Amino acid sequence: MNEALLAVRGLRVDFVTEGGPLRAVDGVSFDLSPGEVLAIVGESGSGKSVTAQTILGLTRSPNARIEGTASLRGEELLAASEAELRKVRGDRIAMVFQDPLTSLNPVRRVGDQIVEAIRAHRERIGRREARRLTVEMLDSVGIPQPERRVDDYPHELSGGMRQRAMIAMALALDPEVLIADEPTTALDVTIQAQILDLLRRLNRERDLATVLISHDLGVVAEIADRVLVMYAGRVVEEGALDEIFYDPQHPYTWGLLGSLTRLDRDRPERLPQIRGAPPSLLDLPAGCTFRPRCPHAFGRCTELPDLEARGGEAAGHRDRCWLTPGEKRERRAVGGRIGLEEAR
Amino acid sequence: MSAERPSAHDEPLLQVSGLVKHFAVKRGLLIDREVDRVRAVDGVDLRVAPGETLGLVGESGCGKSTLCRTVLQLLRPTAGSVRFEGREIAGLSRREMRPLRPQMQMIFQDPYASLNPRKRVGQIVGDPLRIQRSASGAELRRRARELLERVGLSSADVDRFPHEFSGGQRQRIGIARALAPQPRLIVADEPVSALDVSIRAQIVNLLDDLQEEFGLTYVFVAHDIGIVRHVADRIAVMHEGRIVEEGPADRVCERPSHPYTRSLLAAVPIPDPRESRARRRTGDVRS
Amino acid sequence: MARFAARRLLGMLLVLFAVTVIVFLIFNVIPSSDPAARIAGQRGATDPQLIANINREWGFDESLPVQYGRMMMKVFGGDLISYTTRQGVDEQIWEGVPATFSLCIGAAVIWLSLGVLFGYLSAVRAGGLTDRALTILALVGISMPVFWLAAIFLYYLTFKVELFPSGGYVPLTQNPLDWAYHLVLPWLTLAVIFVGFYSRVLRSNMLDAMNEDYVRTARAKGLSDRQVRTRHVLRNSLIPIVTLFGLDFGVAIGGGAILTESIFNLQGVGQYAAEAIANLDLPPIMAVTMFAAFFIVLFNALVDIAYAWLDPRIRLEGPAR
Repeated sequence: MNEALLAVRGLRVDFVTEGGPLRAVDGVSFDLSPGEVLAIVGESGSGKSVTAQTILGLTRSPNARIEGTASLRGEELLAASEAELRKVRGDRIAMVFQDPLTSLNPVRRVGDQIVEAIRAHRERIGRREARRLTVEMLDSVGIPQPERRVDDYPHELSGGMRQRAMIAMALALDPEVLIADEPTTALDVTIQAQILDLLRRLNRERDLATVLISHDLGVVAEIADRVLVMYAGRVVEEGALDEIFYDPQHPYTWGLLGSLTRLDRDRPERLPQIRGAPPSLLDLPAGCTFRPRCPHAFGRCTELPDLEARGGEAAGHRDRCWLTPGEKRERRAVGGRIGLEEAR
Repeated sequence: MSAERPSAHDEPLLQVSGLVKHFAVKRGLLIDREVDRVRAVDGVDLRVAPGETLGLVGESGCGKSTLCRTVLQLLRPTAGSVRFEGREIAGLSRREMRPLRPQMQMIFQDPYASLNPRKRVGQIVGDPLRIQRSASGAELRRRARELLERVGLSSADVDRFPHEFSGGQRQRIGIARALAPQPRLIVADEPVSALDVSIRAQIVNLLDDLQEEFGLTYVFVAHDIGIVRHVADRIAVMHEGRIVEEGPADRVCERPSHPYTRSLLAAVPIPDPRESRARRRTGDVRS
Repeated sequence: MARFAARRLLGMLLVLFAVTVIVFLIFNVIPSSDPAARIAGQRGATDPQLIANINREWGFDESLPVQYGRMMMKVFGGDLISYTTRQGVDEQIWEGVPATFSLCIGAAVIWLSLGVLFGYLSAVRAGGLTDRALTILALVGISMPVFWLAAIFLYYLTFKVELFPSGGYVPLTQNPLDWAYHLVLPWLTLAVIFVGFYSRVLRSNMLDAMNEDYVRTARAKGLSDRQVRTRHVLRNSLIPIVTLFGLDFGVAIGGGAILTESIFNLQGVGQYAAEAIANLDLPPIMAVTMFAAFFIVLFNALVDIAYAWLDPRIRLEGPAR
């Protein structure tokens, strides 16, 4: 159980853009164990999507420079050839994207697109057999009347059904890893709950390791085992789910947790906010990238902290903040809950 | 949100009764005949007191956007009444509505689509004043600068273009534009849904401050019931063209009476792992 | 679908009616278009009695609506007579149809295949040498006037070097090889501008499609680049091309080939129309216009139907479930 299924080390992705060179991902490392759900949390510009897409080689282009390693059961992916990667995509690592309406080809039937995925990897499976498998998959993700839905076009399905169909397509070949990039963001809250239930069930039944990318901590709390918090291309905190929510070590995490609305608590006078905005990746501040927005910044913050376990408790709980564990415990308590204190 | 809660006995700023907006589905060989109707808004009653924030919650397709546009007379109501400051405005012609428009403004969801990319920010913010001829030239520029500062941008931004700003900043520009004609009512249609989580709170707090400073009345539409609960005094829950529940925000969220409201609340993920696990253990109904 | 088609058909008839009325009115407004004078020819200039007789005999002294009615009856009755040549108009049109169709269909095959090929290559190698070369070729093709290109072809390929015949049409049934031989230059002349245009349109559509989310999904599924390009990018990009083609082909048959036919003396419907216009001869003009309008409107309707079939989002039968 403890050998990592997917091991990423020092992932770095640079793009050449009109505005200059841009570092979208800066030294990201993590392990994914079989059956584990890892959540990568971040906002726009955090690099979470680029990280996921780079693992599958989807960001390869003449404008991109990719460094580091990502290995699936020891097989190196980042340096692999297109032909080798193609065998991994869909078959061993599958990906589900945010908006199922634009992520499916609008002029082809849903069933055809799933059949295409199946036959791309299993040439010996005939059309009829592939279609039967497709209907089975649609059924297993909870789509009613799958034998009729299989001939529908994407726009003929509701948002929730579409996302289930995408999940069905991703899992048709029984991959070991599922990467889900904001799978519920475009959906209504009741549908979101259903999709999360589905993902949880699939994770359990198939022992499916999942990387869930999201900006929504509520979603993360429902489904993740471990959490990576990313900011401006770097991991600023990582740890087990409970560690992140109940013992967060980085001010950005405090800010994210603080700005959450809780239906089961009294509402605060003013919604806690993080001042400023995520930085432009073309013009990052030196040292700790969160420094301009952090009310607790002090002299040392001009030096970039390494990602380390500073609390001395769990080795897997690491962060990039120079404050001492005592200071962190003190400062994150704002008005009886965890939060980021307003600017002094 | 505001310090003194508006009393229910105040004359409502906005009163909507039996509002209906249907869209006809037409079919026919030579001449289009109506074969069906899409009942986007199917008999809605609402009232908003001056200085109050009414939260409107519902999922996609429930008709909340159509409701907003129909109330503001951007769409012609099929039936029903809309009284603004006691005056009936449902069914008024465009000319008759013109003098009223400055008093009711709208903030839109998509900060990328709701600003004309070819216009400078100063122009965008000043347009409402220019159209109403309430200011021009140097005075216009001054007002635009003032508004930008008020929403947290700098007056130097007046000459820049929308694409030079981030999503949160663009939304501030949209707010400045809505404030320009000094409205009494602002309808905010999903104003923070498209923004980063850490920016949402900033915009919500800004709207709060502006409400106090200018005595604004808000109708705040969103599908995120958590945000709505924070900003609203009263909440109306919309489902398939009708309001299924309405009441003080805390009451609706803590003791919902309608099954739809209950299912909506039950579906909201709890950002607290222990609570979330506990809830799942006791097996609540989700589907 | 059936209801949709029926509506388009009715629309077609209305459009055709409107077209004939407009042509008729225009013709009667043009100065020096007096048909009696045309029929009388030289003698009419000196003999007013002849003009009066012709007016009565042919019905030119009657009111416009009556004249219009009579002409329409002749059109449908098949006995429309040209004012100048005194020959049956529909026979003339019928004789010209094989040439026009041969020209248009052949050119269409060329312009579709080359246009799609060049567009695809341009898109796949966007920014590279192939792309730039094809782009220049396309722009040159689009800019060249048809009659100029035809003249160039004629000069260099039939005159300086007698590689191709300089004109004339040989029926397919008579001698297929000769038929093709005579049509090569006309085909190329007509096709060039379309090849340029279509390759640009396809290139643009494909480049847009390549950035779409569903292409990213296709790659993430493990499809090869070629599979992604053909099954997703090309397939989606061809839909607008199909509809464009339908419209262009309708126009070409309807009379877009006038210049090409005339220059190469193919004796097709287009050339017939050109001559009738030069002579201000109303019956052929009317008939050819109706012929053209029919095809254009027909292809318009076909294109609408085809588009609805190819792009299911456009289907007009009921809202999404």
